[in-house]
Amino acid sequence: MAKSHKPVVWFPFAAGGTVIAFCMPVIVVLGFLAALGHVPSGLSYESLHAFAAHGLGRLVLLGVIALSLWSSAHRLRCTCYDFGLRADTLIATMLYVAAIVGSAATAMFLFRI
Amino acid sequence: MSRRPLIREVPPASWFFRHPRYLRYMAREVTSVFVGAYCVLLVIAMQRLAAGPIAWQEFLVALRSPVSIIFHLLAMAAAFYHAGTWFNATQKAMPLQIGENFVPGSYISGAHYLVWAVLSLVVLFFAGVF
Repeated sequence: MAKSHKPVVWFPFAAGGTVIAFCMPVIVVLGFLAALGHVPSGLSYESLHAFAAHGLGRLVLLGVIALSLWSSAHRLRCTCYDFGLRADTLIATMLYVAAIVGSAATAMFLFRI
Repeated sequence: MSRRPLIREVPPASWFFRHPRYLRYMAREVTSVFVGAYCVLLVIAMQRLAAGPIAWQEFLVALRSPVSIIFHLLAMAAAFYHAGTWFNATQKAMPLQIGENFVPGSYISGAHYLVWAVLSLVVLFFAGVF
């Protein structure tokens, strides 16, 4: 059987792409409202803290952020290659490590809540 | 007679100007920069949320800077462009066959758009936007 590490990279990428497509627009819209000064009540400290403190809410936040990070890392790697940066191994290592560190940090922050 | 393979010179950093299709592909690729940057902002947001109410309030105030507003506009354009192109691609990525016939591609993409709209409205509702 052919052995490849590609599925390991590919699955979180595809899952992350779907998560980004479904969730990122509405998340950015919420952030944009806050940036305009109209903070939605769901983004107040009390509501968001309560959501993140709940087991399911915590899992949703971690899942969305970690999968989005991984998918973005993979896409940025491809983007770098397409723009003519051909040091693929270096760029891929840097981006994937950044995605793993970011996901671990998010998990740590969420479990501190 | 020697066979010399045809080698086309492809400029590594400007090939995508050759065809509008390549440009559209690259436009989609570039959205990953803004989406990636927004993911980093989300990680920072979780850090601020875990740091307590004062830190969170400061984070919300920092979001109101002009740079942040421009960044949000760019990220919003990127997120919507990524979502649209992703849902348009679903009909090619997962064609659905029932019996002899394939379900029309517009149904598959359309179903994704519908779920997306409902999900976004539900999130906006629970976030207290309306």
